[in-house]
Amino acid sequence: MSQPEPLSLTELLAAGAGVGRAIGMADGSLVLDDLADKTSLGGNFDALEGRAIVLMAGDQLRTAAALIELDGWARRIVLCPPDLEPKHLSAIVRDAEADAIVYGGQSEPPQGAAVALLAPCALPLQPRATKPVRAHATEWVLLTSGTTGDPKMVAHTLATLTGAIAPGSPQAAAQNWATFYDIRRYGGLQIFLRAVAGLGSLTLRSDGEAIDDFLIRAGAAGVTHISGTPSHWRLVLMNAAARRIDPDYVRLSGEIADSAVIDALTKLFPRARVAHAFASTEAGVGFEVNDGKAGFPASYLGKRENGAFFKIIDGSLAIRSGRTALRYLGDNAPALRDADGFVDTGDMIELRDDRCYFVGRRGGIINVGGAKVNPEEVEAVINRHASVHASLVKARRNPITGALVAADVVLNEGVVEAPGLKDEIIAACARQLAPYKVPALVRFVPALAVNASGKLARNG
Amino acid sequence: MSTRTIILSQIQQVAAEQKKTLAPMTDDLSLLDSGLDSLCFATLVARLEDIIGVDPFTASADVKFPNTIGELIAFYEHVAA
Repeated sequence: MSQPEPLSLTELLAAGAGVGRAIGMADGSLVLDDLADKTSLGGNFDALEGRAIVLMAGDQLRTAAALIELDGWARRIVLCPPDLEPKHLSAIVRDAEADAIVYGGQSEPPQGAAVALLAPCALPLQPRATKPVRAHATEWVLLTSGTTGDPKMVAHTLATLTGAIAPGSPQAAAQNWATFYDIRRYGGLQIFLRAVAGLGSLTLRSDGEAIDDFLIRAGAAGVTHISGTPSHWRLVLMNAAARRIDPDYVRLSGEIADSAVIDALTKLFPRARVAHAFASTEAGVGFEVNDGKAGFPASYLGKRENGAFFKIIDGSLAIRSGRTALRYLGDNAPALRDADGFVDTGDMIELRDDRCYFVGRRGGIINVGGAKVNPEEVEAVINRHASVHASLVKARRNPITGALVAADVVLNEGVVEAPGLKDEIIAACARQLAPYKVPALVRFVPALAVNASGKLARNG
Repeated sequence: MSTRTIILSQIQQVAAEQKKTLAPMTDDLSLLDSGLDSLCFATLVARLEDIIGVDPFTASADVKFPNTIGELIAFYEHVAA
């Protein structure tokens, strides 16, 4: 089946106009109908047409406004995640051949990037003089946290991004979405697009907003559909404010959903359909599992609806579908799809009793509550400690964040295991690494296993 | 040391490491008002598994997750008993 001709976000929005839809955050909101004749981009809107634009609008609300305005208007939009380090900006501008940056109007323009146009994005919206005709097939570029070096730039189109979203019908009840995710990453962007394509509103979590405050807002907004990682949901389960929402649909994605969290959510929200979905920036939305169990039925492997095909290559899930990304940007970028069009997810699968279970990431990448940790990066910091000879960093299964970082450490000869040495190593990591990368557990061991090729044995 | 003492001292330790300010510990303090974030809880659960030898979040068939400090302690006492 061929994909329908992609509409722009503006056209998708127009289909659900006139019912007061909004994107709500703790500190402000965006009324979607206002974007029909107003702009967040001031006098720069016209000059942005046809450009390759790096979008770093500063917060989710500005990002939402700019995405809606620029889709179909820009040639390319590079959506920067909230934690983008400034040092990567010049490589992003180069590889995206960007000639404009849209930045958050509340802050200074970004430094050190050579582009023709620096356009601030500001709220509240201002009246817009022109009536734009959005005629560009905008390419959407998302960034994935590179474990080392610059982030990878993953090219999508509106069609690949919205391929899993069933078209809304005028008869359908409005879906009021909420998500714990940030819309500047793939998972959150999916929910943003579902909200735009649907007939309802969207509730987003503000930076640093407490879970219970967010749940209370979501409840007040009449949220019917809500998504987050299993780690988010475990926090909800530990929160009395969980009962402030009464959703029809609860979605888990971004991490392995175990049966404990699925069962607990099913019990807490007996009226809701609790589903877990497999999706990634590169592989797109793979599939949704609705039977209330962890893993997915082995019958999913093989050909599926809309020409999608799932298979296991060298133990990891590979996906071919109209929802996968097209390619990586950049001169020396690796191929995103293999010769047969499959994207390797790097998510390792174990087959038990006709069911496939996710068991972790290839290459030992550790997924701490949705954030990826490269063991080598943590080992490098530990190994710089004067008392340390070698270290092995690995995942430790965890019921709250899915996994945690654990380190086995071999001390230099003659170093005594003094009390406080563990704390010292942890503190050294805390100074140099993001909190989720800091080993939660440090164990001193006499030696580390090395495999036949002389590398640290990373299995087990 | 009692399970309660172990849990409370590990909470202090994790909070100090991750530079979190703890609210005064009482049994009816909501976990999410305690000052610990999800990474702190994850670390706490892992450390307690090493010390007490059990992870009730995984081991327990009880699908009711604890909401307060008192419930958290009871959660561990229940499986440790």
